[in-house]
Amino acid sequence: MQEDYINIILADDDEDDRMFFTDAFEDLKMTTKVQTFNDGVYLMDYLNSTEATLPNVLFLDLNMPRKSGLECLQEIKQDPKFKDIAIAIYSTSASEEDIENTFVQGANIYIKKPSSFKKLKKVLSEVVTINWQYHTNNMNKDNFLLRL
Amino acid sequence: MTLFFKFDFNAICQTVLEQVLNNNNIKYKNVGFGEIEVLEKITPEKQQDLQNELDTFNIEIVENQKSILVQKIKDTITDMVFNEDTVVNVKSSVYLSEALGHSYGYLSNLFSEVTYTSIENFIIIQKIEYAKQLVIKQDLSLTEIAFKLNYSSVAHLSTQFKNTTGITPTAFQRIIAKRRDLNQQNN
Repeated sequence: MQEDYINIILADDDEDDRMFFTDAFEDLKMTTKVQTFNDGVYLMDYLNSTEATLPNVLFLDLNMPRKSGLECLQEIKQDPKFKDIAIAIYSTSASEEDIENTFVQGANIYIKKPSSFKKLKKVLSEVVTINWQYHTNNMNKDNFLLRL
Repeated sequence: MTLFFKFDFNAICQTVLEQVLNNNNIKYKNVGFGEIEVLEKITPEKQQDLQNELDTFNIEIVENQKSILVQKIKDTITDMVFNEDTVVNVKSSVYLSEALGHSYGYLSNLFSEVTYTSIENFIIIQKIEYAKQLVIKQDLSLTEIAFKLNYSSVAHLSTQFKNTTGITPTAFQRIIAKRRDLNQQNN
């Protein structure tokens, strides 16, 4: 069946980043539904609840209080019910070590937070478009690695 | 010990589809490229039953004419990229246009409208997907992979790989290998 919109979730403790993120999606030509959470604990509580709509793409900030993005990633990767979610790490850090480690742990996408709103829109549009290709063409998600 | 498999996706899908159609006692003629000519009248209820059974395999009956043509474009491209027996000596735009009987301009506009990406971009994505599979298998060198995928040089392949994924082929190979080790430790 054709899906009407793409479900997106972001977990990030920075209020401004959450706002920019939501605004950026409003300008894209694809129809998206964006939900945000303030930290990893709120996120995991929601994903594990019965009423949760699992996202097509989940964006995780690495540094969050209570539960970090890396801890969320590890929990999600251990639970088969989340296997269809593409995971994007969305972080200010861009050390080669961090990047490679999150990919090895199962992340599909690594995004260094862009410095301008215009760049942010471009990057998010690219992520959603390529994820859409994997989703609609039954491509092997295990080989889905993207760094922006 | 690890076993690597090579799949012929078209053949797999075709077989699954034929089994489901036979199970449902539907008379059909296989036209190829995901097209089936049904030789009897199918009631909406029967079509729904068929769709329900196909859902198990994520196979969808495409109804809309535009979607059908877009699916044909995609199938022609994947066949062109993944199937070594399909030799393409002309530019891909000419090949697609001849294979599908429409002008390339028409195909190209339609494709972008429905898929949010261009035909050119889709070809690159598929080629890089194939390159990824070959890189992981590790039995061909990058030079051999570049040749197999019709790149003029290793540098050209590496650049397109990096532009498409943000990662070099070597880093990709290393990450997937490490990921496998980690999964084996956890299991």
